[in-house]
Amino acid sequence: MIYKTKISQIPLLPLGALKNELVKKEKRLSALFFHPADRHLYVVCSDDEKGELSLVKTPIETYRYESLTPAYPAAHLFEREILETHQIVPENHPWPKPVRYLKDLIGDTNFYRIEGLESHEVAVGPVHAGVIEPGHFRFQCHGETVYHLEISLGYQHRGIEKKLIGGPSLRTLPYMETLAGDTSIGHAWAFCKNIESLSNVVVGERENLLRAIMLELERLANHTGDMGALAGDVGFLPTLSYCGRLRGDYLNMSAFICGSRFGRGMLKPGGVSFDLSLDQIKELELKLDNVFKDTKGAINVLWHSNMVLNRFEGTGVITQKEARDLGFVGMVARSTGLNLDVRKNFDHGDLYNDLSIAVCDSGDVFARATLRWLEMKNSYTFIKSALNKLKKAPPLNPIKPGPLESDSLAVSLVEGWRGEICHVNITNSVGMFSTYKVIDPSFHNWTALALSLRNQEISDFPLCNKSFNLSYCGHDL
Amino acid sequence: MITIILALILSPLLLGFVNQTKAFFAGRVGVPFTQLYFDLFKLFKKDFVYSKTTTWVFRAGPIVNISAALIILFFLPLSVMSFKGDIILVMYLLGLMRFFTIVAALDTGSAFEGMGAAREVLYAIFAEIVVFTSLIALVYLTQSLSLAEIFGKISPYHWTHYGPTLGLISFVLLVILLLENCRIPFDDPNTHLELTMIHEVMVLDHGSFDFGLIQYASSLKLWIWCSMLAHVLLPISSIWSNVVGIFLISILVGIVESTMARFKLIRIPQVLLACFALSILSLFLMR
Repeated sequence: MIYKTKISQIPLLPLGALKNELVKKEKRLSALFFHPADRHLYVVCSDDEKGELSLVKTPIETYRYESLTPAYPAAHLFEREILETHQIVPENHPWPKPVRYLKDLIGDTNFYRIEGLESHEVAVGPVHAGVIEPGHFRFQCHGETVYHLEISLGYQHRGIEKKLIGGPSLRTLPYMETLAGDTSIGHAWAFCKNIESLSNVVVGERENLLRAIMLELERLANHTGDMGALAGDVGFLPTLSYCGRLRGDYLNMSAFICGSRFGRGMLKPGGVSFDLSLDQIKELELKLDNVFKDTKGAINVLWHSNMVLNRFEGTGVITQKEARDLGFVGMVARSTGLNLDVRKNFDHGDLYNDLSIAVCDSGDVFARATLRWLEMKNSYTFIKSALNKLKKAPPLNPIKPGPLESDSLAVSLVEGWRGEICHVNITNSVGMFSTYKVIDPSFHNWTALALSLRNQEISDFPLCNKSFNLSYCGHDL
Repeated sequence: MITIILALILSPLLLGFVNQTKAFFAGRVGVPFTQLYFDLFKLFKKDFVYSKTTTWVFRAGPIVNISAALIILFFLPLSVMSFKGDIILVMYLLGLMRFFTIVAALDTGSAFEGMGAAREVLYAIFAEIVVFTSLIALVYLTQSLSLAEIFGKISPYHWTHYGPTLGLISFVLLVILLLENCRIPFDDPNTHLELTMIHEVMVLDHGSFDFGLIQYASSLKLWIWCSMLAHVLLPISSIWSNVVGIFLISILVGIVESTMARFKLIRIPQVLLACFALSILSLFLMR
């Protein structure tokens, strides 16, 4: 999905009217950010039923404005981020503190606390026992029961959005591919779409098919790894042992196409770097069939274990209302029955005609695990049909994108394996980035993990956490 | 005497058998059988490091653990010591090991270790009642009151006449063995997730020589429980058949771990209460 407009054509709304619009139309917030060059708040909303994006802006004259959060909770993290980066205070925000700790703010330990002799606090991280990214988790507990979990991130903050200003440069694409290391294709595709729309390049069918195949391979690899890790967290060894190997097999398929297991260097603005010959397509089909057969075996063992199902069912529940109110995206939203998928809901030509979207409705770990497996099956079917189409598709037609349109704004949406990836790009008068905003699905969804832990046992935290498997660096940027 | 020497030498090998069984099921090469020997050797060479907030209680934990385990070895069947009622002593020496692990954990003042200690105490309460009811059945069967006689006297005769009782007791003892030695489905000794740990989280702050003692004591504990269960399952009063039984049980533990997931922590008391019911049932079945 891509949306492009001139900055001057974006409708201007006063803050009060904006709030009413958001609340009344129950729109889903894809991005909310501050553009310092013209001192406006930009709001990108998605309408998943109609497949439309809408954009409005609001002038912010002073360093204070009336917070949107009390009326429209989905804005809470965005407003905190604006406070952190631009020191603009959202008044009446219930918990206005920085999202990621910047250098001069490190040490802010103003955590939510439950007082009382019988309650206790457990702090985990930022350094963890496993080889994972850093993040701090603070539990307010009574015995084994968690009443509140506060997640404090920012240890992976690299200031990428700041470094992108003035681009695009040769460094831009590598930055995009490493925004979240396991979502290289997702972010690179969102970036490429953005550049292509602003330089009026239309990519061909073959390019799109190859990109879509890479994206689904990324989804397969990550979902397989997660299924294994979920099994590991409940101590179920059979699935854990095999999924580790199988994840590597999917990554190797990405490497088979482009030489990088994470698909780096595959996508570039204007096209793709590598093509598949007819023989290679056949070889890939064979590999995919073999690996998927093994995956099926490894994961079906899991569904046949009552003990595993007992651990999964009813653990870490997110309700549909929470998902809607707080604007969760991707797998987390789909696990509560919301039909949110950029691939299907928004216009992609006929690229995704053969794809079906899975939805579960119980919102617990079981739903998220089931959804992963269903999505894997769908991705497998999709890759097979895309490879078939690729046999007949016209050859690659590489185009080098020219300069970008000046004073314009482009929004690109891609359904990464975690959920909706949103890139918003505002160019200045010479066609360079003046604000490049990246919203990783993890930014929306970390709140879901915090909510899912309420009234759960603290010992179920690792399982819940893994069932979301959110990105730290994608959130911290 | 030879029982004690065998236990001292061979007990670290038990864990090797468990891990190799798991590796076999996972299709991995796995760590060598003798890994724990290397680990112990490495740990015993290291220097001591203690946190300033801990007291003598923290240091006493590992020493009490290893001492209690060593004393129990003397009371095992075919070993050197035995007196009427020593079964109570042995069970409470095991209790003492647990008690000192818990107070040593609490001594650190860490939120994690307190959490682990609370869990350990809760499950111990349920486990104790299960162990003693199943022991009542065995005491009644063998008409004796010392550990060596209770487990040494069980013979094929008992299996033919009191099969259902012994079957239930063996099952209950296996469950207790898994719980006491922190194995799946109750605890996962290999997990890195502090929040789900029971026993491992309590020894997080122990290091070097102390940790070596803890590891060695827990391998002895596994040996002790396996030995008792082996005497029930392989009712031949010989040292060597008992050793074979012990290693067969360790393979069984490996199989259980390879095929089962962990229980939700809240379910563990329920499982233990079910075991309590089974051991009561075994008493009735003797009539």
